[in-house]
Amino acid sequence: MVSRQRLWRVLSVFALMALLLAGCGDPRLNALTPKGTAGDMQLDLITLSILIMLGVFAVVITIFVYVLIRYRKKKGVTREVKQVHGSTLLEIVWTVIPIILLAILAVPTVQTTFKLAAAQPKTEDALKIKVTGYQYWWEFEYLNANGKRFKTAQELHIPAGEKVYLEIHGKDVLHSFWVPALAGKIDVVPGRVNTMWIDAKQPGKYQGKCAELCGAGHALMDFKVYAHSKGDFDNWVAQQTTPYKPQTVAEKEGEKIFKQNCISCHANPNPKIKGPDLSKFGTRETIAGILSHNETNLKKWLEDPESVKPGARMPKINYLNDQEMKNLMEYLMKSK
Amino acid sequence: MASHIHPTDRPTKPGHLEKATLEGKNKVMGFWLFLGAETVLFACLFGTYLALRNSTMGGPTTQELYDLKLVGLATFFLLTSSLTSVLAMNAMNRLNVRAMQFWLGVTVLLGLAFLILEIYEFVHYVHEGHTFTSSAFGSSFYALVGTHGAHVTFGICWIIGLMIQTARRGLTYEMAPKLFLSSLYWHFIDVVWVFIFTLVYLLGKVG
Amino acid sequence: MGTLLILLVLTLFLAAILTGGYNKEFLLRARQTKVWDWLTTVDHKKIGIMYFLSGFFFLLIGGLEAIFMRLQLAVPNNDLFTGDIFNQLLTMHGTTMIFLAAMPMIFGLINVIMPLQIGARDVAFPFLNSLGFWLFFWGGILLNLSWFFGGAPNAGWTSYTSLALNSYSPGLGVDYYVLGLQITGIGSLMSGINFIATIINMRTPGMTFLRMPMFTWTSFVTSALLVFAMPPLTVALLLLMFDRVFGAAIFDHAMGGSSVIWQHLFWIFGHPEVYIVILPAFGIMSEIISTFSKKRLFGYTSMVFATVLIGFLGFMVWVHHMFTVGLGPMSNSIFAVATMAIAVPTGIKVFNWLFTMWGGEIHFKTPMLWAVGFVPTFVIGGMTGVMLSVPPADYQYQDSYFVVAHFHYVLVGGTAFALFAGAYYWWPKMFGKMLSEKLGKWHFWLFFIGFHMTFFPQHFLGLFGMPRRVFTYQANHGLELLNLISSIGVIGMTLGTIFFMVAVVQAARSKELAPADPWDGRTLEWSIPSPVPEYNFAQLPLVRGADAFWLEKQAGNKEMTPAEPLGSIHMPSGSYIPMLMSLGLFVAGYGFVVKSWIIGAIGIAFTFIMMYIRSFEQDFGYHIEPEEINGSAKAKEVKA
Repeated sequence: MVSRQRLWRVLSVFALMALLLAGCGDPRLNALTPKGTAGDMQLDLITLSILIMLGVFAVVITIFVYVLIRYRKKKGVTREVKQVHGSTLLEIVWTVIPIILLAILAVPTVQTTFKLAAAQPKTEDALKIKVTGYQYWWEFEYLNANGKRFKTAQELHIPAGEKVYLEIHGKDVLHSFWVPALAGKIDVVPGRVNTMWIDAKQPGKYQGKCAELCGAGHALMDFKVYAHSKGDFDNWVAQQTTPYKPQTVAEKEGEKIFKQNCISCHANPNPKIKGPDLSKFGTRETIAGILSHNETNLKKWLEDPESVKPGARMPKINYLNDQEMKNLMEYLMKSK
Repeated sequence: MASHIHPTDRPTKPGHLEKATLEGKNKVMGFWLFLGAETVLFACLFGTYLALRNSTMGGPTTQELYDLKLVGLATFFLLTSSLTSVLAMNAMNRLNVRAMQFWLGVTVLLGLAFLILEIYEFVHYVHEGHTFTSSAFGSSFYALVGTHGAHVTFGICWIIGLMIQTARRGLTYEMAPKLFLSSLYWHFIDVVWVFIFTLVYLLGKVG
Repeated sequence: MGTLLILLVLTLFLAAILTGGYNKEFLLRARQTKVWDWLTTVDHKKIGIMYFLSGFFFLLIGGLEAIFMRLQLAVPNNDLFTGDIFNQLLTMHGTTMIFLAAMPMIFGLINVIMPLQIGARDVAFPFLNSLGFWLFFWGGILLNLSWFFGGAPNAGWTSYTSLALNSYSPGLGVDYYVLGLQITGIGSLMSGINFIATIINMRTPGMTFLRMPMFTWTSFVTSALLVFAMPPLTVALLLLMFDRVFGAAIFDHAMGGSSVIWQHLFWIFGHPEVYIVILPAFGIMSEIISTFSKKRLFGYTSMVFATVLIGFLGFMVWVHHMFTVGLGPMSNSIFAVATMAIAVPTGIKVFNWLFTMWGGEIHFKTPMLWAVGFVPTFVIGGMTGVMLSVPPADYQYQDSYFVVAHFHYVLVGGTAFALFAGAYYWWPKMFGKMLSEKLGKWHFWLFFIGFHMTFFPQHFLGLFGMPRRVFTYQANHGLELLNLISSIGVIGMTLGTIFFMVAVVQAARSKELAPADPWDGRTLEWSIPSPVPEYNFAQLPLVRGADAFWLEKQAGNKEMTPAEPLGSIHMPSGSYIPMLMSLGLFVAGYGFVVKSWIIGAIGIAFTFIMMYIRSFEQDFGYHIEPEEINGSAKAKEVKA
């Protein structure tokens, strides 16, 4: 039959397209090619639900196309239309079958929901990180990394192949913590603490996003997740916990300028406006979470943060002379 | 058929006058629906209050604050006014306009007494440091109890307005549903207050 | 500036209308104009038309906002509309489309058609009906004034706290949102009450509940949803107003408040709201599919029960909008299963539509084209809905473009398609003119293709990691191509809508009148002339079964059998009070927005004065005598 052939063609094109599209996304950001256990579990459910739904869709579309072709009004032909009331049997069929399909979906759904919710570590030495969302940046405080406690911002480093437990805190407005390639999101709610776990099966770099509208800079509230091998992670922790001492004159001058102009927000335990911890700024790969890490971009950011990230709460540092600016940047870029 | 009754006609036979005309029937039905909506509205305010009642931010707690004697007296006034409102409707359906006006008057006075006690209570709380802006508890308390108070105020104005109209026009088929609705509204306010009394005051005292 | 303007207008209105003695002749002449007639009308058909057209006007505004957003997102790192401006666009787009376009246009169709379908001469509360319209109208104007005075709201149409609180949205925008929607919302509640009372009390003899057309049934359930779903929004907006304008602390976590309460209240309203706008769409589609297949609606009774069940379940699933808030696996699981359950009655509907067409004779007129396009589109939207109900998967979808794609498939593919279908279907009944078939088909195909081009790729954008409500995205993240395709699709929808407007203008100019029953209809509205006389039915029709008019036609009758002798018909008088009462609230709303207590008090006082005038006025309407009815009917015949 013509209609059936056409239908199969449509369906196979559709399936092919879906397959092609799935590989289209960037693997650092794509929820369809997960690199973490939670992401895998979520993809399993996504796939199961898509398959069930495609089955339903195929049935509906088959009947639909058949009906449209078979029963369309043909020129010059008048058909006697029987005014039927309905059919109890059919009604039962399309009530019971969906219930069965939904039951098939509901069981693994509930199981996975509970599995993912078990976000308390079983052992004392599991890595715990306190994540805090601010307009428009992320703070990561390591609570027990190799027995040490320290803060970073915009970059979350984790050991690969290990479950990391996150405590999600909010201070200002709602945000949502999302690393599509590793795991689904959880909201950052001011006034309450959420928990989740995350892992990356392989070392790699993953893109994180804020997924809840949080103001003008929402689109640019990005962060990155770096998964390291155990050795690399230990090195990183060691580096982050070794204080940086300015060496050159420029760096020392820069430190002075930093202390005069920046620490009220960036290194104060109780600031009015909280800024990210910059003590290891030199090790970062991005500035403000979005610009690549070089002096041109640093200058651009310092002189007019809002032109980079709308709504950024950092004031313009455009009142320094060239030498002062240079020293400040030298200090920041060298703080490793 | 009811449709040939003119709204300005005066009923001659006692009975359920509010539903004698189609307009009356529509009004009664519409008003019940409105009360359904109002129920949801208060339910939301109750939910908010119950969720926030312990967020006192260092201000007085529910145990310290509430004075059951005062609230009990206010409750007595309001519950009694519901009874007098029933008596008024009873008089209306017996076509006894004079008695109806009397009982409506008593209802209004009791409502006013309730309102005065409530205002006194609020003033007292403000002196204790429990204000609309002092904490989430304060905000949700005044939002709930204040909305109820606003309903009482509106009800009083409404009943007074209807008393004036009845005095001018007499008890007509147009007035009967109006009076009936105001009485329904008054009972509804009363029921809400019963919930406020238990869920806010009694529960607040218990803990 | 705005303050002064509003005061001036208000004084003028007061002076002109309350004194009346200033220039009586002018007033008299003004009262006989068409404009005055429309401003003061309580005729459900005119109110419906005003609802529909003003809803369409807001639809164009909301569409323009969407075009701007897609322009910004066409290429990565674009800087056309960034940051706060983009947030204003997305907030106003959502708010406008839901509250000022979809709902009013639906109310418009319900208002015009539902009373005709049940054989009523009017709605239960004509005055309240007019009041509801004017509240919507002034609320919508207030909301949109924000663009000019003080900045539009920018916290999303969901207006989540604490972003929507003063500390984080210090401008006036969110105040406009709160007060504009509050005023509009009161109007919606009134409409809901009015429609229910109409359907219960005003049916013509023989029109039992299980003989009511599907559109009337869906209107009935939608109205019930309105009555119980609007109050949570009222409370949410009231509390947000307290927080923003009067310094309360309900949602402020620093003062012990909770931002999650807002989410609960908003979604207890918000989820039923989705059904408020989709159920009438189901009704419209049921009517059209049945009419153009020349066949009785398959499984009518199960359709009715499915509608009621969807309405009921609509109140038990709101937490599925909050799966990522962290309410715990138990609550997430319960609401997940409840949400999945809704798929069952919805599926029943889809299969009943398919089997209505099965064995029928399908005429592909424009309304039917929309209905046919609607079925697969809505099925996709429903399928992604089931997918979203799975909490762990939702952790990925939530707040991503996947959700954007999903609800546009439901709201555009469902509601907007149905509104266009309904427009083509009932235009002759509303205006007495036919819309062009040719233009209609262009409209459909352009819009249909454009729609899928815009929104289908967005499913994948979401899965590829693009959050919603972002004003830009980075290059080289695999998001460029699909965003570009999505933006190009908008051209199709825009052109389609332009074709619709051309068709409307063409019909308005055309001298050709529409016949009473252009589609070989089945329900009562097709048994009376187009456009409908103000009294609707000269004699109330006697209904002998479902598809009442079709039954009579099958029995060889040209008209319905009357259920009463020809007699004088009572009509309600028009009134200027609804418009002014709403204007008072508009002024009060403006006063609260700009924190001018004087203007606020004037507005409220004005509204109360109007309420008292209304309460004390005695106007029992007028009668249309049989001679007049016969006369106008004869006059029509002569013309024809």
